[in-house]
Amino acid sequence: MKEFGDRGSPIEVLLVEDSPGDVRLTQEAFAGTNSSVHLRVAGDGVEAMAMLNDGSPDSAALRPDLILLDLNLPKMDGREVLAHIKANDRLKTIPTVILTTSEAEADIVKSYQLQANCYLSKPVALDAFEDLVKSINEFWLTKAKLPPQSEPD
Amino acid sequence: MNRINRALDREPFLAAEHRRDTHEEFKRLNENFRRGISDSLAGGLSESAQQIVVRKETMKTIGGDGVPIEVLLVEDSPGDVRLTREAFRDANSSIHLHVAADGVEAMEFLRRQGIHTQAPRPDLILLDLNLPKMDGREVLAHIKEDAGLKTIPTVILTTSDSEVDIARSYQLQANCYLSKPVQLDAFESLVKSINDFWLTKVKLPGQRNGA
Repeated sequence: MKEFGDRGSPIEVLLVEDSPGDVRLTQEAFAGTNSSVHLRVAGDGVEAMAMLNDGSPDSAALRPDLILLDLNLPKMDGREVLAHIKANDRLKTIPTVILTTSEAEADIVKSYQLQANCYLSKPVALDAFEDLVKSINEFWLTKAKLPPQSEPD
Repeated sequence: MNRINRALDREPFLAAEHRRDTHEEFKRLNENFRRGISDSLAGGLSESAQQIVVRKETMKTIGGDGVPIEVLLVEDSPGDVRLTREAFRDANSSIHLHVAADGVEAMEFLRRQGIHTQAPRPDLILLDLNLPKMDGREVLAHIKEDAGLKTIPTVILTTSDSEVDIARSYQLQANCYLSKPVQLDAFESLVKSINDFWLTKVKLPGQRNGA
């Protein structure tokens, strides 16, 4: 278990999002809320899986503390990314939060079936979006106990 | 006239006394009620009495504004049950909190077996890890292996903050892990956070399509 903030260790958050506007809003909302958050961005599903998997040519595999995943993504869809994460023993314990504009019941149910940790829909209004990012920070990064980086034996 | 006025003057005191008696009686009933559920699990209550017990639970908050949010709390400590109930009551009047005191009862509630044939499908499960009869880890594994139940968000709420328990719970696909603070007001604040995040922000799977 990591004691976030206490030791000043950064909290690694992977945002999988293709909309530059939403990326920027998320970055700004985290920057205004929690300076320990280190936000990385993958612009599509293939890039997200490359960052998470070994075999990425230029860097070691990333193991974020939290993943924020959009559903509608180019190249590889968010549902497929989610299925890959939850089928992988090394990655499946990483809390994966769906953050999407879709409010379709079918998307919500499918995401929980694929073992998304929770489903949030992006509000259209700017301050509501900012407020939601703050809620994510408040709940997942201060209240919830996140899994340790390396699995204890 | 004077006599009536005097009686009215005394009335608040009588009322306060009566309230206190009623409160004590209510507390006793509440404790007996929980014990009654355990007894009835062991076959101590008749079929009709069991139905009454179930109906009493399900009727409690339905009829308020809007659709009730069904929360199943799986918790063996009566103190923690009471604190959780009180914190939810203050935070959100739409919450209908059901309690299973051990893992076996939790699975009966979820599968609508035994005295729980009328049980609603919970929108959220709060699950303690250390439970009598069937451990919370086993309950979690059963929920997440069951195609009909796995979509119900299941939040671990336990005193343990051991890394092994945290890692194991996420491996078993707990939706989230929270450790219970010892301090009373911190515990209350955590229950409020659960309400603010899970029951206000999060989109939960619908009851109709969730199964």
